[in-house]
Amino acid sequence: MTNNWIDISNSDLVFVMGGNPAENHPCGFKWAIKAREKRGAKIICVDPRFNRTAAVADIFVQIRPGTDIAFLGGLINYVLQNEKYQKEYVRLHTTAPFIVREDFGFKDGLFTGYDPKSREYDTTTWDYEFGPDGYPKMDPEMKHPRCVLNILKKHYSRYTPEVVAKICGCTKEEFLRVAEEVAKCGSPTKNMTILYALGWTHHSYGTQLIRTACILQLLLGNIGVAGGGINALRGHANVQGMTDLAGQNKNLPTYIKPPKPEEQTLAQHLRNRTPRKLHPTSMNYWANYPKFFISFLKCMWGDAATPENDFAYDYLYKPEGGYNSWDKFIDDMYKGKIEGMVTAALNFLNNTPNAKKTVRALKNLKWMVVLDPFMIETAQFWKAEGMDPSEVKTEILVLPTATFLEKEGSMTNSARWIKWKYKATDPPGEAKDEFWIFGRFFMKIKELYEKEGGAFPDPILNLVWPYKNPYYPTAEEILTEINGYYTRDVDGHRKGERVRLFTDLRDDGSTACGGWLYSGVFPPEGNLAKRTDLSDPLGLGTYPNYAWNWPANRRVLYNRASCDEKGRPWDPSRPLLRWDPEKGRWVGDTPDTAATAPPEKGIGAFIMLPEGRGRLFAARSYATFKDGPLPEHYEPYESPVTNILHPNVPHNPVAKVYKADIDLLGTPDKFPYVATTYRLTEHYHFWTKHIYGTSHLAPVMFVEIPEELAKEKGIRNGDMVRVVTARASIEAVALVTKRIRPLKVAGKTVYTIGIPIHWGFEGLVKGAIANFITPNVWDPNSRTPEFKGFLANIEKVRA
Amino acid sequence: MSTLTTEGTVGLGIRRISASKKPDTTTKQYPELAILVDISSCIGCKACEAACQQWHDLTPPIMTPEEVVQRRIAGYQSHPDLRHDLFMLMKFNEGESEGRFVWFITKYQCMHCAEPGCLIACPSPGAVIQYQNGIVDFDHSKCIGCKMCLVGCPFDVPRFDANNKPWKCNFCIDRVTAGLEPACVKTCPTQCLTFGFKEDMVEKGKKIVQSLKERGYKNATLYDPPGVGGTGYIYVLPHGDKVKEYNLPENPRVDASIGLWKGPLKVLGSIAIWGALLGAFLQLILWGPIKVLGGKEEDKEG
Repeated sequence: MTNNWIDISNSDLVFVMGGNPAENHPCGFKWAIKAREKRGAKIICVDPRFNRTAAVADIFVQIRPGTDIAFLGGLINYVLQNEKYQKEYVRLHTTAPFIVREDFGFKDGLFTGYDPKSREYDTTTWDYEFGPDGYPKMDPEMKHPRCVLNILKKHYSRYTPEVVAKICGCTKEEFLRVAEEVAKCGSPTKNMTILYALGWTHHSYGTQLIRTACILQLLLGNIGVAGGGINALRGHANVQGMTDLAGQNKNLPTYIKPPKPEEQTLAQHLRNRTPRKLHPTSMNYWANYPKFFISFLKCMWGDAATPENDFAYDYLYKPEGGYNSWDKFIDDMYKGKIEGMVTAALNFLNNTPNAKKTVRALKNLKWMVVLDPFMIETAQFWKAEGMDPSEVKTEILVLPTATFLEKEGSMTNSARWIKWKYKATDPPGEAKDEFWIFGRFFMKIKELYEKEGGAFPDPILNLVWPYKNPYYPTAEEILTEINGYYTRDVDGHRKGERVRLFTDLRDDGSTACGGWLYSGVFPPEGNLAKRTDLSDPLGLGTYPNYAWNWPANRRVLYNRASCDEKGRPWDPSRPLLRWDPEKGRWVGDTPDTAATAPPEKGIGAFIMLPEGRGRLFAARSYATFKDGPLPEHYEPYESPVTNILHPNVPHNPVAKVYKADIDLLGTPDKFPYVATTYRLTEHYHFWTKHIYGTSHLAPVMFVEIPEELAKEKGIRNGDMVRVVTARASIEAVALVTKRIRPLKVAGKTVYTIGIPIHWGFEGLVKGAIANFITPNVWDPNSRTPEFKGFLANIEKVRA
Repeated sequence: MSTLTTEGTVGLGIRRISASKKPDTTTKQYPELAILVDISSCIGCKACEAACQQWHDLTPPIMTPEEVVQRRIAGYQSHPDLRHDLFMLMKFNEGESEGRFVWFITKYQCMHCAEPGCLIACPSPGAVIQYQNGIVDFDHSKCIGCKMCLVGCPFDVPRFDANNKPWKCNFCIDRVTAGLEPACVKTCPTQCLTFGFKEDMVEKGKKIVQSLKERGYKNATLYDPPGVGGTGYIYVLPHGDKVKEYNLPENPRVDASIGLWKGPLKVLGSIAIWGALLGAFLQLILWGPIKVLGGKEEDKEG
């Protein structure tokens, strides 16, 4: 989230798409309801189904799964063509005036630089045109045909309301009704918030989809303002913390980049990863990258990390093709390249696409350790359909773990709040928390390395393990490391003293910090995640002394953009931040700019970006995406129709598609219906089917089928049906509904089938594992699978 | 309005009890309480349902796929109907209003009528009690298992256990007496449930109706049916012209004949009721428990 949960109540328009907060974030959704009470806000819901959010929305539009970029692209086009964007904001706070290279182009679904052989782009042309001063050229008047604004205008001019309706399957009128409401929020005094979740990420172009929403919000001047923003509603209570601290292995903690093979020395890595300014007055905060990176190395290897040995930079592994993500992991496992696996806090089997492949991949492991509070399917994968247990040789060790209520620690919510929670009760039976398990785990591994040596024992033997009880670290001991501390007496600070904020971090090895963005949560005065103060000085629900918000306790990211050139709030009724000339400082939320730098200095509002401005065009000079500098509508890999924008390039040309014998893709002649998976409010993932209180609220796995399709197929409500894809089939009870209408797409009737995912073969209530039928296709940037929008057939099993 | 009761409502005074004279209420008067159900912000998450079961230690059986297929009750409801061990149920219904598709989602339980049909119909002294704060509750020690309470109820509420004792929402009388809000209100994530004095709840409900009207819901209404003297649960219905779609009766009233026996026709009434009882008893002997118990048409599912 750029903003926060409470801030949703400051909104004039709650735009929900790619998420179903009423269903999946019911507690957070109360702020949308509050926005209606407080500001008369409207709620718009755009979704493939009339869902629980739609039930309380003012406007609902049904679209075909996987057509979100077309819909949002249409909104961008509407806003640009009708000049509804917030002009002053766009000129001041975005890269709209930047000029793009002449040789950049887009034609027939491809950006310049595509190599069909490697299925990759050469991104050289995706860049700005640089002036003699070394900075990108700009046209403040935004008249230049190649300024980013005009590039956007041209790119999205194809997304007319007619085209949107044709692709998405909604009517032109429905689209225009939404467009009119959205366009109103281009006014400086009207703000729209966008709420999204996995409905946007689960596509082979999910990253680009979210970029589309960012572009729209930047054009409307809705980023950095109260009641605005682009707000990812995270699923698990602590999934934000998991991402921040690199549970996903794509980054190092708090978005520090893992080294590449070509970066063999620390200097090479720092040179590559420290961006240079792309605007003379931008703050370019990532210029501090060396401080964060070296402090991270010091946190890991302490005294063994010295300037002489590049702060133990060699200890970090530098694999070809980057750090692993699970798509590659499953494929490698399937090919027998992996010997063992430790899996914690994840039901690997139920969560992975084409789970039939996952089951067969798990079979190739010699051993597997599963940490979970429940006996999950992963730990019992030999029971899965189509498996012969006598063929499975994998040794499985199950370690029962504590649930979130049974251990102390912090959780980071969607709004980046790090909030402490205390242990409510001991875990039952032999269950232990992960501190206990990993403490012993590490000490044993270390012991083995000490005894037996090994190819490269140094990173293990020298790892900083400073806990009072090395077999059982405490949560606050770990928070100390994450927050950062001084490694020696320096400038009046004592060795071991916790740093106050990441601004204290240095690149000379005198500080250690496990995650720079979290630095500040545990300063010398105490653990700020434990704060419960409910004062709200701005009246905007910022609660500055409640818990602690990364970064720097800032409640709304980019809040400098809520003010004009002179530092006055665009909307005086919601003053998140303003320049106080008397005090000579910014007042309000923690300013997302230098606190005492007057507006005349022109420091860009987007301090993390080398342009200092919101990026409308992902120029490679700082960072771009694998699939383009601008979002484009591609069809899901399994689609019932062709891509009417560019039939020869229907799909994301650089999506990650696996091609093992078991990774099959279907065609509309055999699998004519669009299927999409989702969650229900009654359940939490695959967990709550183990608990009575939630199991009986939604006990039976069902699939939702449009009335018209049911009639065509002779299916009645309550019949047992089979949903078949190219990969596998699942059985479930048919729920025949009016909530999914048939759509007319390119002259064809398209039916959507809805599949909730919460079941499996373990637990109090049982049902099919939905992911047996989902395709093994992944977003090239985030490596997120395409769970939303794939092809299926359906047949009645029995009445 | 705080969701907690304020001073003066804690404690119970009896307003009336079944088949008895009006008790003396001169000592202390407790104001009426109510729960406002704002359907316009209800997302049908069933948190109230789960909280209700937890608070009352209810463990209704889990529906099986076989049962769902056999009875054709696939849907968003946890159960097809209320049960003796399920005091409240979220009901889902797909319909239309003003040419627009509407998913009608309603919280369904005892309404705690000001003129409670169950109490009026009950022949057994003291088995049904109405407290001054409006809560209607049963005293099973005085219940004779005649099921007249169900006959008298215009909302088709109490359900009976194996001993023919009726069960229903009791407004978390234990919590309310201790100064707490009912469990469903406590847990509602969107705060579409509000608990407080009836007077305040009506006022709040009217305000929400007004704002709904301004937002284009021209038939929005506050459901507080006068036929039963108003209710302890009052509903903001965005589509007030479609009361039935919300699984609520349009004009609930206590059938005049049900109360007659207690008035001037008490003697006749007594004969009638004992006759009815005998009839019910014979019916039970001869045909087993029927109609009233399980013979209702299954509700359509949403």
